[in-house]
Amino acid sequence: MIRGLITFIVLLGAWQGFVTLSGIPPFLLPAPDRVAVALVARADTIAFHALITGTEILAGLALGGLLGAGMALLLVASRPARRWLLPLLLVSQAIPVFAIAPLLTLWFGFGLASKVAMATLIIFFPVATAFQDGLRRTDPALLDLGRSMGATPGAMLWRLRVPAALPALASGLRVAAGVAPIGAIVGEWVGASAGLGYLMLHANGRSQADVMFAALFVLALMALTLWFTLDAVLRRAIPWQTETYPMEER
Amino acid sequence: MAALDLRLDLPQGLALGAEPVLAPLSLTLRGGAWTVLLGPSGVGKSTLLRAIAGLLPGVPGLGPAAMMPQQDLLVPWRDALANVTLGAHLRGQPPDLDRARALLAEVGLDPADHRKRPAQLSGGMRQRVALARTLMEDRPLVLLDEPFSAVDAPTRHRLQTLAARLLAGRTVLLVTHDPLEALRLADQMFLLAGSPAAPVPLSVPDGLAPRDPAALGAAQAALLERLAA
Repeated sequence: MIRGLITFIVLLGAWQGFVTLSGIPPFLLPAPDRVAVALVARADTIAFHALITGTEILAGLALGGLLGAGMALLLVASRPARRWLLPLLLVSQAIPVFAIAPLLTLWFGFGLASKVAMATLIIFFPVATAFQDGLRRTDPALLDLGRSMGATPGAMLWRLRVPAALPALASGLRVAAGVAPIGAIVGEWVGASAGLGYLMLHANGRSQADVMFAALFVLALMALTLWFTLDAVLRRAIPWQTETYPMEER
Repeated sequence: MAALDLRLDLPQGLALGAEPVLAPLSLTLRGGAWTVLLGPSGVGKSTLLRAIAGLLPGVPGLGPAAMMPQQDLLVPWRDALANVTLGAHLRGQPPDLDRARALLAEVGLDPADHRKRPAQLSGGMRQRVALARTLMEDRPLVLLDEPFSAVDAPTRHRLQTLAARLLAGRTVLLVTHDPLEALRLADQMFLLAGSPAAPVPLSVPDGLAPRDPAALGAAQAALLERLAA
């Protein structure tokens, strides 16, 4: 964590130095100090738009996570569902979300709903595939043990396979938390009246590069906070996940 | 109560897919005694064990059996005590916690460790919990699939002695790679060999199991030669 921060500060310093030495105009590339000034001066506006984007991301994550996990369970529990729905799962990923963004805006309007739909769509796939993969990979010896104990089919799924697959679901949710902001921002670019993506597009159009960078900075901060919070929650909720390499700094 | 002999008949042998694994065979597990099955990896020992457990489609098996698998297979999300009561949990029955605690004490788990998760226990301790889980099922037939292969030699020795004591009176089938383990615990012994495989009877040393390894040196050497041949 500390080392990551140092990398960030060094990059900021290089950026500041480059802008100062090259004399590049601020409307093309503002130095970090200008961005900081813009961040403070426009704090109210940025906070307002950040709240909206944050809501879209969280709602998309909740909805996409639930739908993805539900889809995975359905695919594993029912063979007909697998035959009928697996193509749908693949198609949901094969179609670039950019391509249908205008359509979703048309259907769900310029408000929150179309962005939540977009984020949901982009989150659904990693969650569904990761969880389904986990559910399919239950140790066969564990299933043998369960059957020898006379487990009911429901218990085999809910009390053996699902808990055994929770670490896989957690991986899917981590990936989802990483891509969730993309869905929301794409939605806001295509058509919106609020949100950080809208603000950035708007600032870009008016050559307010400093505001654009300030909004981008806040977005990155939100994405990082989301990821680390989710990671901490998942670690606490599923303490039996095996770690290949610990994330903790020594 | 004297346990009855159990006989598995596979008059057609057994195939997994198109691959014949087991030759036509008939195997009798002597009631209340330990039957040990030796044989090279991949010869079909586990398949025979699964057939006996009734886990293979089309093979009725030899009635309800408690299984103790190769790795301890404790589920990581339940503590030691809850792993012992896993069977009741999977059948939707209320767990008999008093009996589970008594069994954990009997296999030598400190009461302070009853609420620990498997990850917090040593390999030997986990194997003890797995033994308690097997006993908790309280079935007349017990199937052990290389249950002590993942622990160090002294721990294995202690666990063998413990299992011999706690499983006395039950009909046990032990699958193992370890000639010494086989000679210590067997009342009757078979070598599963060939392709498709069939059980060949092996001679068992005198005396009652668990036998003292000190007296098994020559028998172990002879058995090792036989297995390596």
